[in-house]
Amino acid sequence: MIAVPGSRLPVDEQNRLLSTAPVADFDAHLERAHLPPLSAGATTVFQVNVGKLCNQRCHHCHVDAGPHQLEANMAWPTFAACLEVIAATNPPTVDITGGAPELNPHFRRFVTELRALGVREIIDRCNLTVLMLPSQQGLAEFLAEHRVRIVASLPAVNQQQTDAQRGDGVFARSIAAIRRLNGLGYGRADSGLVLTLMSNPVGAFLPPEQSSAEARFKKLLSARHDIVFNDLIELTNMPINRYLEYLLASGNYEPYLAKLSAAFNPAAVRGLMCLNTLSVGWDGALYDCDFNQMLELPVAPEGSRTIFTYRRELMEGRTIRTAKHCLGCTAGQGSGCGGRTT
Amino acid sequence: MTYYESTDLGKFPEIGKDAPELAKAFFDYYGKVFAEGELTKREKNLIALAVAHAVQCPYCIDAYTGASLESGCSTGEMTEAVHVAAAIKGGSALVHGVQMRKHAERMSM
Repeated sequence: MIAVPGSRLPVDEQNRLLSTAPVADFDAHLERAHLPPLSAGATTVFQVNVGKLCNQRCHHCHVDAGPHQLEANMAWPTFAACLEVIAATNPPTVDITGGAPELNPHFRRFVTELRALGVREIIDRCNLTVLMLPSQQGLAEFLAEHRVRIVASLPAVNQQQTDAQRGDGVFARSIAAIRRLNGLGYGRADSGLVLTLMSNPVGAFLPPEQSSAEARFKKLLSARHDIVFNDLIELTNMPINRYLEYLLASGNYEPYLAKLSAAFNPAAVRGLMCLNTLSVGWDGALYDCDFNQMLELPVAPEGSRTIFTYRRELMEGRTIRTAKHCLGCTAGQGSGCGGRTT
Repeated sequence: MTYYESTDLGKFPEIGKDAPELAKAFFDYYGKVFAEGELTKREKNLIALAVAHAVQCPYCIDAYTGASLESGCSTGEMTEAVHVAAAIKGGSALVHGVQMRKHAERMSM
């Protein structure tokens, strides 16, 4: 994989690049397929991005997360405001993401309070290696005790591709982390502790068909490393932040956008995550999804743009903010935080 | 300007301009060949990649490199597939040495 520049493209520049990319606007793709503009229904997934701090610095990261991100992390009053909205609206799933969300000092308190509220499903989007940090002793046990579903990144079943995307040594430490999780019951069918693996393409191409990839991951990870997991989700990389920088540096930007446009699948639209997700930024700002969050495209209703001013009646039925990056979610089998959308 | 332009692959359907029925029959057949069957799509893409190298078709090499990556193949697997093509191509040349030897025998004292 081509190395990306160390500095981040300003958000304005990213939005300009997307708006001037030589493919039709996302809404024009909908129109051609005789589909209406996107609007949100009830929030069933309340996704909280607790900050950009991470122990890794992956080449494809749409968050620009890394060890250098010491400022952009959620403070407790913002968590508390999230808890209030969750208690009032009762979403079935609370999805915690980052960065490495576990590195936020309030992570465990937040999970504990979510459990006390009776949230049905709590998801931790985990990079796996965080579980092996000396500072995170007891983290895996904490997650198991609170029956948190782990959605863990592992792009490939080989060291070469995994390390090319996520950094040297990540594959070996990820395998060790999965082994530790398996030891606690994660990934075993009868334990109730769900371990989902999540794979993004290592380059400028679309992900493989999800169910056949899952079968292959299961077979090879079991045979080579004696580890198990419950299911695999495939995600398409979004042309945002570090992945956008990679596309530009490698000369793949316009071909990739053209590929996403050509692969637009009308059948992938009805399963789009933005239709039932609310995304909260580390500072409490509200977005239609984590990708809009990184492009700083706030939700449409001006009267409900932060968790502190949240108004349910403005959020349900709101028009979803779209731009050309949305073509990543509608390409081929479709893509979202829950995997394929078709 | 080179003889093979990578953008030319996108013009492949133009082959149907003067012989639409033949083109349709070919592309229908092509689509069915690559559908999931007794062999997976992934296996078919790797076979196609190997054959692309054996016939040295630049369009097919680009197309099936992409298709193999998008069906979850690693570059290690793809390189092994190319070695299979190379082994068969090399073996094919070498095994014709049997013909050479038989013919030489016929011509020699």
